[in-house]
Amino acid sequence: MFLINCPYCGERDQQEFKAGGEAHIERPKQPTELSDDQWAEYLFMRKNIKGVQFERWNHAHGCRKWFNMARDTSNDEIKAIYKMGEKPPPQ
Amino acid sequence: MTKNLRVKSSEFIDETSRISFKFDGKTYYGFKGDTLASALLANNVHLIGRSFKYHRPRGIMTSGSEEPNAIVQINPNSNITEPNARATEIEIYEGLEASSQNCWPSVNFDIGGINNFLAPFLPAGFYYKTFMWPKSFWEKYEFFIRHSAGLGKSPTTKDPDIYDHRNIHCDVLVVGAGISGILAAKNAAKNNYKTLLLDEKNELGGSIIFETNENKKINNTFSSEWLKKEISELKNIKNLEIKTRTSVAAYHQYNYLLARENLTDHLEKKDKKNKIRQRLLKIRAKKVILATGALERPLVFNNNDRPGIMLSSAVKKYSDFYGVACGVKNIFFTNNDTAYESALSLHNKGIKVDAIIDIRENSDAKIIKKINDAGIKIYWSHTIVDTSGYKRLSDVSIMKLSNDGMSVTGSKTSISCDCLGIAGGWTPAVHLYTQSGNKLTFDEDRNVFVPKADNSAQICVGSCGGDFELDEIIKNLSNKLKNFLNISQTDFEDISLENDKETSKRNIWLLPSDKPNGKTKPFVDYQNDATAKDIKLALREGFRSIEHVKRYTTTGMGTDQGKLGNMHALGIIADTAGVKMGELGTTTFRPPYTPLTFGTIVGRNVGEFFDTFRRTPMNDWHIKNKAEFENVGQWKRAWYYPINDETMHQAVQRESKAARKSAGILDASTLGKIDIQGSDASEFLNRVYTNAWSKLAIGKCRYGLMLNEDGMVFDDGVTTRLGENHYIMTTTTGGAANVLSKLEDYLQTEWPELDVYLTSVTDHFATASLCGPNSKKILNKIIPELDLSDENFPHMSFKEVTIDKIKCRIMRISFTGEQSYEINVPASFGEAIWEKCIEAGKEFDITPYGTETMHLLRAEKGFIIVGQDTDGTMTPIDLQMDWIVSKKKYDFIGKRSLYRSDTMKEDRKQLVGLLTEDPNIVLEEGAQIVSELNQKPVEMLGHVTSSYFSPNLNKSIALAVVKDGKNMMGRKLFVPMENKNISVTVANTVFYDEKNERLNASL
Ligand SMILES: [Zn+2]
Repeated sequence: MFLINCPYCGERDQQEFKAGGEAHIERPKQPTELSDDQWAEYLFMRKNIKGVQFERWNHAHGCRKWFNMARDTSNDEIKAIYKMGEKPPPQ
Repeated sequence: MTKNLRVKSSEFIDETSRISFKFDGKTYYGFKGDTLASALLANNVHLIGRSFKYHRPRGIMTSGSEEPNAIVQINPNSNITEPNARATEIEIYEGLEASSQNCWPSVNFDIGGINNFLAPFLPAGFYYKTFMWPKSFWEKYEFFIRHSAGLGKSPTTKDPDIYDHRNIHCDVLVVGAGISGILAAKNAAKNNYKTLLLDEKNELGGSIIFETNENKKINNTFSSEWLKKEISELKNIKNLEIKTRTSVAAYHQYNYLLARENLTDHLEKKDKKNKIRQRLLKIRAKKVILATGALERPLVFNNNDRPGIMLSSAVKKYSDFYGVACGVKNIFFTNNDTAYESALSLHNKGIKVDAIIDIRENSDAKIIKKINDAGIKIYWSHTIVDTSGYKRLSDVSIMKLSNDGMSVTGSKTSISCDCLGIAGGWTPAVHLYTQSGNKLTFDEDRNVFVPKADNSAQICVGSCGGDFELDEIIKNLSNKLKNFLNISQTDFEDISLENDKETSKRNIWLLPSDKPNGKTKPFVDYQNDATAKDIKLALREGFRSIEHVKRYTTTGMGTDQGKLGNMHALGIIADTAGVKMGELGTTTFRPPYTPLTFGTIVGRNVGEFFDTFRRTPMNDWHIKNKAEFENVGQWKRAWYYPINDETMHQAVQRESKAARKSAGILDASTLGKIDIQGSDASEFLNRVYTNAWSKLAIGKCRYGLMLNEDGMVFDDGVTTRLGENHYIMTTTTGGAANVLSKLEDYLQTEWPELDVYLTSVTDHFATASLCGPNSKKILNKIIPELDLSDENFPHMSFKEVTIDKIKCRIMRISFTGEQSYEINVPASFGEAIWEKCIEAGKEFDITPYGTETMHLLRAEKGFIIVGQDTDGTMTPIDLQMDWIVSKKKYDFIGKRSLYRSDTMKEDRKQLVGLLTEDPNIVLEEGAQIVSELNQKPVEMLGHVTSSYFSPNLNKSIALAVVKDGKNMMGRKLFVPMENKNISVTVANTVFYDEKNERLNASL
């Protein structure tokens, strides 16, 4: 079970959190102008990387805030945690 | 067989307290401090059980948790019996009862033993092959397999014991209290680390605590004496908590470990009472020191599984710790010096050792001289080619090994013996280390997998880390601790050590016999009866991956997870396939390290604590009025209120009629309620609902449908505008938490620019829903000052009023199609307002109704229930709710998906009404719908989602999703059931009051 450093609350057990899939996928501003394929790309296509992956997490049983995490999926090492709207730190 | 083999008193055994216990119905005696295994051995009982597949007699092999054979049933005659307990771990107590497993009718005469002779027909993959081919073969064997499969009996009644969970946070966790663990914990705690030391045994000190050999000395005294002094100092150290009888089951990421603390299993019945039996410790440690030691390996040779064949280290422990001789004619078989230490120990205790058979050519280690001095014969370069003795070892046959170790030469010598100690070297107990996600590396020189690297949060010390000799262990431990704990010195770095060094090595994974390969039974996995032959067969049949070979042969898949034999399995695979063991890798070690009881896992979360549940403020009234309840999400909701002997059907029919005829009242407190405030609240609602919200006037209510981004209906409910920037949203009972999460997600991540604040207020308000043509009169009695005329207070509007000085919100909204008022009050006044309504409604025969009647009434009106009539594949268009989807709005969640080619298909499954040809037949919810009965394969067009007998229409009605249903109005379809086909006609979804005249109908 991970130990996750919520940017608002500090270190908490993973069971307080909910994973929310890949991060940095922005909802299109003008969905009606997208083709079916472009919309499907936003809606369905997600990366599944072996290595560092950027993910959304929610402190569901805590402050309820969403934040981002860079996690190495090969060994579950949490490389970085940063707030929504912030850019992922370089490496 | 009642010979007493207690040879010498031991300080660890209290011979003044005699304990009686039963094994297989017979009474034996042991002493306080004995395990079941040591007590049985003291009584010269070796035969403990039968093996899994061949039902071969098996005895005690080890002295610890790695035991594969001696697994027993505790309290065999009780319905709370426990299977698969290891005799080597059970501490005896007065009244203990245990029995053999996997044998019928008895361990001495077991019919399944015939499998031993059928062995040629039970090869590796037998089960898979039988399942696969041919079919008739399986049917023949099924009875036989079902009766022989499985180990032990399950309990048949509820576990009466108490279990507990505890969270522990510590700076340093030390697993294993052998010499390394003790020194590590002591030095950590002395340096101000909050330290927890765990050991699975009831004694601290590991194998050094009973070490009295001259060849392992610390500071010129026996290592055991030195260690006892160290242990005695532990109790004065602050910051140190020690737990014995505590086995670490799992090591997860980020130093999260689960351990099982055994609190009462060693106590007699009267002392167990009302005490917690086992406790699951959930440990989060900043740093973990694994000092889990090493497990001795057996040797793999022909018929290496007879009772009396034991690990050499176990023979030593039974002698030195328990004071028990495992036999009167002892011999050892080895490839290293360990057996010599054991032999010397026995010899020093006066237990006769006749011979040591060593596969090595020679050794010049100091201990060899001591063995020679003791007059014990050593057979160098020899191997055991066979053993005999069915229920107890009687003889071994030995021959000289060829130089390459692949065959035997010369003549056969037979040695008579009743105990054979085997020593195949040591395997670091790296199970927990690998569970934590770290990798192993193979040491070709010593044939062991050792931890690849330490890190700042975890180290492996002692023999778990690959150090086997005492001086190496101590020196490396001190250096590792200084680095890991960031301390300048340890309190033991200057001790003087004396220990023998091993000087020669020879390893042969599968020892040869004079019999041809295939005619021998060299067991690799004792518990699952997997032999070297099975592994070779798997390789011949094309299996290459170690994980596949494991599953095919079931090697390592017993309750012991093959702790003894895994290395041999790997070695045999590597040798046969011609690959290096390091390249082969190991199978995955999985938690738990030793089996856990279900009780430990669930702890206190049993019975009414299994899940949390929520009750409404009116709950007491429902109970008083004999409501039946149903679970809706976590809520306990009043389902229906039977009067006298009414069935559910009768009650629901009565309640449904009353609500339309005069007045009904429903507890609607469970509906999710979200308070929405902020200057962008209207814009926010515009984006989350499919319809338009900006023009909703203050004081008005509107029904809304919420979609997922894929266009599928997610939730629905009525939202009321309380003020310019203030709304109250209702959600479905089950969907409340998900709706709030989703809305928060969008607000925080997609639209942070919106000024909107969400607060869950579900628990803050209680809701009484008054409905029926007399509801207006009842409400008028409660609040005479409020103008209830349809002009002043029309359908879909809201009033804030005060009843008895309590602020209430009344929404005139309807889920039944009748004129209806939802009265919301602060939760603590819920029961009061409910009783006030009941009182005021008496003269109108107000009828409380539950969720079942609510469902029926809304079905009459064709109102959907999200989650019942929808299943995550229905768009609003599929639900024939096109009217609620705004064409004008530029965007809302899910809008773009409504125009995907797939969602625009004409013939999707769509919501329709169904009427049965026979109006008395009520369809089953979930029943399939077809158009052709004779077509094969029959095409399923859809299924029934809601179905009731409507008392107000006096006929059966149903909602269903049907492929292309919109174009099927009036079509005749069929609902095929087990013994009849029901004819139905596709109809409109609204069965009752299509023109919505009832909304304003007052009596
Ligand atoms: Zn938080």
